[in-house]
Amino acid sequence: MVEVFFWPALLGYGEAAFAYASARTSRAATWGVRIGWLAQTALLAAQAAGADAFPWSSWAGSLNLFVWFVVGAYLIWGCRPRFRLLGLAVMPLAAALFLVARIGGGTAAGVKSGYGNVFLVLHVGLVLAAFAGFTLAAALAALYLWEERRLKRRAADILRLRLPPLASLEQLTWRTIAVSLPLLTLGLAAGVIRQRERGGSLDALEVVTLGTWLVYGGFLALRPTGRRAAYLALGGFALVIIARLVLAGSHFT
Amino acid sequence: MTLTLVGLSHHVAPVELRERVTLDLEAAAALARSLGDAVCLSTCNRTELYVDGIDEAAVLAALEQLAGESLDGVVYRLHEDAAALHLFRVAAGLDSLVPGEGEILGQVRAAYESVEPGSLVDHVFRQALAVGKRVRTETAIGESPASVSSAAAALAAQVFGDLSGRRVLLIGAGRIGELAASNLASRGADIAFVANRTLETAHELAQRFGGRALTLDDLAPALGEVDVVVSSTSAPGPVLHARDVPGRRRTPLFFIDIAVPRDLDAEIGRLDGCFLYDIDDLEAVVAETLAGRRAEAERAEELVAEEAERFRAWRASLDVVPAITSLRARAEEIRNAELAKLKGRVSDDERRTIESVTSQILNKLLHLPTIRMKEAAVSPDGAAYADAVRHLFGLEDE
Repeated sequence: MVEVFFWPALLGYGEAAFAYASARTSRAATWGVRIGWLAQTALLAAQAAGADAFPWSSWAGSLNLFVWFVVGAYLIWGCRPRFRLLGLAVMPLAAALFLVARIGGGTAAGVKSGYGNVFLVLHVGLVLAAFAGFTLAAALAALYLWEERRLKRRAADILRLRLPPLASLEQLTWRTIAVSLPLLTLGLAAGVIRQRERGGSLDALEVVTLGTWLVYGGFLALRPTGRRAAYLALGGFALVIIARLVLAGSHFT
Repeated sequence: MTLTLVGLSHHVAPVELRERVTLDLEAAAALARSLGDAVCLSTCNRTELYVDGIDEAAVLAALEQLAGESLDGVVYRLHEDAAALHLFRVAAGLDSLVPGEGEILGQVRAAYESVEPGSLVDHVFRQALAVGKRVRTETAIGESPASVSSAAAALAAQVFGDLSGRRVLLIGAGRIGELAASNLASRGADIAFVANRTLETAHELAQRFGGRALTLDDLAPALGEVDVVVSSTSAPGPVLHARDVPGRRRTPLFFIDIAVPRDLDAEIGRLDGCFLYDIDDLEAVVAETLAGRRAEAERAEELVAEEAERFRAWRASLDVVPAITSLRARAEEIRNAELAKLKGRVSDDERRTIESVTSQILNKLLHLPTIRMKEAAVSPDGAAYADAVRHLFGLEDE
């Protein structure tokens, strides 16, 4: 059953990843994102319907959910013609991670899950949603730095290969983090409650995640501007990468 | 009905001639009305008359009267599809001096709305307006600036996004600087200060923009209150140095130096949060965007050709429409006559059923011939098809 949804989703994301390369096909790319995301939503719903508990507890399953959050956040914030290059950064990554999730078995149905506890489900869901937001914020910050560099260097094609204005990129980065940090906070709170129930001590991933929280908390509190803001958003994302890719396995096992 | 265009433009006529035949909107409308079923499109680059059923010589005579001389060899005369294609290209900005400029579409609309043309001219103008809109929506031809002053404003918008409420310091009262300031103001920026060597000149310009006049000695304090600086003085050296620029701002400062020799210290561009563009940078940006416009123009030409083909199909369909209408009327007439014979022989319910069934039979029977005739209309055999239908069904007298 889930196969019916997986391939359209991958096809949609893959089509968007290529179609965003040209302004002429960016409209088709946007439709690819929309259709792919709807298909992935259906896939997740099918997985949830066939599971006895939280179906995305494995690293591959959480990657599947993470991709859905990233593309969802992109659909809300950036799925506009002026943000074509953001799509070009986000969609190939989303398609690749989605494929990795499938190879790891994260898109299959009827997966046995040990995640029956509501706090654990909330913890995983909210933290993943927050990380997805931080991923998008990092992409926006990277675009900011690139655009700022082009403006500084007075690139002749600055109006031909047009990105969103610096102010818009900066504002969107801030807003995305402002939405994501409360999600991370709630997710961490749910995790703490769960850990108290079960017992246990802080592991490396939890320490890095707390560091991530501090960086983004500092970002919102200090509200830096310009390059400093972009570097800080990217610095926070580096911790997200460490948490997701380097330490995730140990935390889940 | 024959669509005819008689006109002249910047491609064929020098400005000395064009200025004699250029009319304001009212005068152009009056000329069109005096000719009959016509629309007169008159801008600084062209004066064109689109007419239906009016003698071409009369149209030319009207233009020659305005010019005060013979226009042989200067005017172009186009008919039917060629005239429509030309108008579509004009509305799309493809025939303009700067490809893709958007002002012309508004001028085409104004010319069309100033008169009440007949069906053919009305159709071609309505389609031209749709073509112009489509080209601007589906291509990026109109997105890039075509002059140094508009490029400066577009670059400022690339930094700040919406320029509403952004404050501008204009240094010098040079023409290009003023144009750049006007462009910024048209995007919502506020020309807060005008600085000049002589305060009197600064006052004059400041009054026009609603800003405050300054001397060149007051520049440094004003920098803390603005987002954009436009400089175009004729000073022999820099009027603003990097050391004058306040440090650690929360918002960027955008400097536009249009003066030669340059007014602004090049070091300013290296300061954190400061962006500096001089005249060479702006010209490079314009050259690049114009190259982009030309690339987009190729796409726009494809769209225009597609629309011209649609016009041709519509025009050709007009030849077969009377035959189709007659055929359907004849069939309906026969059906009604046969239905009349049933009067009193069937119940109301039965009659309604028979009416419905016969109507469906008629529609299904005539559907394919109708489609085929419309398809054939765009081919050279279109008229022959229509004649054949008239002959086969005895419609000649209708």
